Amino acid sequence: MNSVAFIIIAIFTLAAALATATLQKLMHAALSFAVAFVGIAAFFFLLGAEFVGLVQIFVYIGAVAVLIVFTILLTRRDVEKDRGFNWSGVVVAIAVFGGLILAILKTQSLSGAALETPALTVKFIGEVLMTSYVWPLQCVGLLLTAALIGALILVMEEKR
Amino acid sequence: MSISVDQIFVIGKRWLLSWLTGAPSWVTQIGSSLVNIFALLGVFLTLFALMSVLERKILGRIQNRYGPNRVGPFGLFQPIADGIKMLIKEDIVPARADKIVHFLAPVMIAATAILALGIIPYGRGMTPFTIDGGILFFFAVGSTTELAVFMAGWGSNNKFSMLGAMRAIAQMISYELPLIITVLPVVMIVGSLTPDTIVAAQDGYAFGLVPRWFVFTPWGAAAFVLFFVSGLVESNRTPFDVPEGESEIVAGHMTEYSGFKYATFFMAEYIGMFAITGLAATLFLGGWHAPLRALEFVPSYVWFFAKLSALLFVYIWLRGTLPRTRVDQIMNFAWKFMLPMAFTCIVAAAVWHYAGRGLCGWLWSLAVIAVTYFTLSILLDTRRKFAPRTYRFAE
Repeated sequence: MNSVAFIIIAIFTLAAALATATLQKLMHAALSFAVAFVGIAAFFFLLGAEFVGLVQIFVYIGAVAVLIVFTILLTRRDVEKDRGFNWSGVVVAIAVFGGLILAILKTQSLSGAALETPALTVKFIGEVLMTSYVWPLQCVGLLLTAALIGALILVMEEKR
Repeated sequence: MSISVDQIFVIGKRWLLSWLTGAPSWVTQIGSSLVNIFALLGVFLTLFALMSVLERKILGRIQNRYGPNRVGPFGLFQPIADGIKMLIKEDIVPARADKIVHFLAPVMIAATAILALGIIPYGRGMTPFTIDGGILFFFAVGSTTELAVFMAGWGSNNKFSMLGAMRAIAQMISYELPLIITVLPVVMIVGSLTPDTIVAAQDGYAFGLVPRWFVFTPWGAAAFVLFFVSGLVESNRTPFDVPEGESEIVAGHMTEYSGFKYATFFMAEYIGMFAITGLAATLFLGGWHAPLRALEFVPSYVWFFAKLSALLFVYIWLRGTLPRTRVDQIMNFAWKFMLPMAFTCIVAAAVWHYAGRGLCGWLWSLAVIAVTYFTLSILLDTRRKFAPRTYRFAE
């Protein structure tokens, strides 16, 4: 049952990712990117990481996809133009893929057997975030606040 | 007797599933889900049909006219006539529209709206899908609506559609913050993101009379009002319906849709409204709990839908009463008033909790809310009150 679901989701996600890379119109690519995000969220659900899956949908489809779409809309004037094949993209993709493969192969604790995972309830994640990982959390909060203030200053009207 | 009436739908579902005994577990699981899905769709599409005619009736009443009264008794068959009309209308797709995106937008917006209904407890033991992070699921699904609205606006290849979509997304993103932050005090006090646990936490009566619903605490009342207003904006209802302000931008992102696709948008709007009022009832109005101990013999789902109807009536009432606000007014209201008030609700809830959740905490949290409210009203009102209106035009 799980492996069937895995294969279906994998095909779905990969097809969406492939569409993102090959579609002619930039806006179509951005929208299929959002579909790929849904596939990744489905993987998280399959692995029992409900919270991460929901946050994936929340942040990546609700915010990041909208952001990408708006960026395309507001900055590019020549979105329809065909630019030919982009070889630098291939190089970057191969480099990232190679890096990931290398990292996976070098990982010591990777074994075929499924690890005994604790029940990942939202409550448990909240407790861990507020106790063991409170400093990283605060740092991220500070960083995000700084980014927010920076964005506000950038768009603020200058006083005449 | 009253217990069996209360549980009639649960028993009915069990009876339906008993046909599947002996089947493998995944068949039963899928069967159970399908029963839930069809029940949800049946109930809420009927409610949508009812609501569309009742809204027009009540609006007619407010505006001193009759409203629909030709089709069937009291005009009750009006939605059937509307449905047939929508189905046989020509489906126009603009020549330069992006066909696929134009088609997918109403599908996606309806799908996400219906998904959000799945986590709300409609009665005792009547939650269609129990998810650990149910509240989070609701907002995660709700946040994908923005992308659907964008698809509608961009896919139509029309200036008015695009502008309408921009307006809709701008106000949806702005009001999503107060909407989610006003939920946090409830989550904090209950200590759970599961709707069932939140409803269970509002069981019982203070002094044996007043139900322990969160709306009866100062922070809960403030959060409820903020949540309700944000919900009004999220479902693009009057007075916050600038995305489809017909006097300015035709019908916003729905301009290029006709026939059944338009009806789908309309349906998604109403279903979204049911979902958000249902969540408001769950979070603040005690879900399916009865308001008085003497009234507990009435089935739980009746109470839930009574609360839902009351909130929906307020939606219609506001639509009949208030004029449309300007875009800049909506944005100012969101960022300068709603957001600080929403944060104050969190503080007030914390004060209430640490002062012992009793009368003392009640008064302290009221003080916190009142101080912020009056400070904000003083800060936002000065210099603005009698200033001449300024207009800015595009250069």
